[in-house]
Amino acid sequence: MGRIKWKRPSNIVKFRKMNTLSVEHLLGIKYLTKEDISLIFKTADNFKKIINQPIKKVPSLRDITVSNLFFENSTRTKLSFELAEKRLSADVVNFSSSASSVKKGETLIDTVNNIIAMKVDMVVIRHPNPGASVFLSRNIDAKIINAGDGTHEHPTQALLDAYSIREKYGEVKGKKVVIIGDILHSRVALSNIYCLQKLGAKVCVCGPSTLIPKYINSLGVKHMSNLKEALNWCDIANVLRIQLERQDVKFFPSLREYAMVFGINKEILEGLDKEITIMHPGPINRGVELTSDVADSGQAIILDQVENGVAIRMAVLYLLAGKIKKNGK
Amino acid sequence: MKKKKIIINNTKFNIIVERLSHQLIENHDDFRETVLIGIQPRGIHLCNRIHQKLSSIISNSIIKVGNLDITFYRDDFRRRQDPLEPQAIDIDFSIEGKNVVLIDDVLYTGRSVRAAMDALLAFGRPKSVELMTLIDRRFSRHLPIQPNYVGQKIDTITSEKVIVEWEELNGKDQVILLNSEK
Repeated sequence: MGRIKWKRPSNIVKFRKMNTLSVEHLLGIKYLTKEDISLIFKTADNFKKIINQPIKKVPSLRDITVSNLFFENSTRTKLSFELAEKRLSADVVNFSSSASSVKKGETLIDTVNNIIAMKVDMVVIRHPNPGASVFLSRNIDAKIINAGDGTHEHPTQALLDAYSIREKYGEVKGKKVVIIGDILHSRVALSNIYCLQKLGAKVCVCGPSTLIPKYINSLGVKHMSNLKEALNWCDIANVLRIQLERQDVKFFPSLREYAMVFGINKEILEGLDKEITIMHPGPINRGVELTSDVADSGQAIILDQVENGVAIRMAVLYLLAGKIKKNGK
Repeated sequence: MKKKKIIINNTKFNIIVERLSHQLIENHDDFRETVLIGIQPRGIHLCNRIHQKLSSIISNSIIKVGNLDITFYRDDFRRRQDPLEPQAIDIDFSIEGKNVVLIDDVLYTGRSVRAAMDALLAFGRPKSVELMTLIDRRFSRHLPIQPNYVGQKIDTITSEKVIVEWEELNGKDQVILLNSEK
């Protein structure tokens, strides 16, 4: 038999190789590339199918322990992360600062080091201080996932927002998104701006100028102060909550006045010449930024966002866990 | 230098698919209680081929077909260099109480089939599970798994690779044995 030079057909290699994330931790959208984001979306597509199966669990992370450290209140994000971890079969340890030694004066790094000493592989952290997750990633030997650090970033929220847009419209590229509300105190806004811009969407912000950060122009984001004008421009409106708990001084006269100028109601939406999509990261203050008839209407994809949140977080956990190599191999 | 040897040519390939289809009919009658499940990514081609053949032989019956992805059920996650890319799961029916025929192209260590059986349980408790493979690389199993329907058994060593080519992907139906020599 003669020797023939044989070239492996390209389609055989294709399904075997997969790109991994370019980062070791998920600290912010700022550090991700466009390819990372599409890899997360592609993986989330698979997990979305799995969480709609009769049995919603896969055994991938069965030898991984994840700790959820929440130094700040959370309902959705914490539940969503916990569900994602459990559906990947990881062991989960929960921690919330209100019932812990932090109250007794322990520092962040001591708290976390003690938890790591109990052999935890991944840490999901929410903290009121910007940069808390970056600080941890430099000092701790575990994969860190930022679940919100102060007014800085909330990467998984931005990913699930963009994923929900992709699901509804097919792609994010070229879409016009306006983020309405308290931009200054919102980590969701900053992460969303990074994420949507990396995916090729156009982003504007809308809100009272006291709640718009000064650096917003340097991000290439336009500020619109007229709500109607902003809604007429956009395809998607991502509406944020007024974060009263972070506001140490008065930024606007009253919530009632805010609701009159920047609140979205059915009449405003019906007055537009096209149907736009309403998003909200939750929790909603009904009657302030959104009226109930808008929040519960068919135009709002708020609950789809929540469902996609689990799939996105499963994808992030799975991809980062893949980087924890088994010892001795 | 790599040595390439065609172990199943186009003609023989079609005969084998024909035979496997008839073997299935022999055991499953009209396929009312039977579903075919192809294992992603390479098993789905054989699954589709068998489905086509069966539909042409028994014209008045609808056979349920699904594709199963096993990426998240594999036992080598975090142990291999490059993670595998997940593929689509496409099973829109329950397999509760059904006879399931798992279909893959090459049976080697048996680990994929183990993962597939694990993944299958997410869709219900099947009455029975059978395994069909085009190629059985015998004497190389890591797990106690044997196929019920085999296209061809071959003897191979670890350094050899078996590649199944499909008309829709590669232009020709054939099976190639690759021997990579130093």
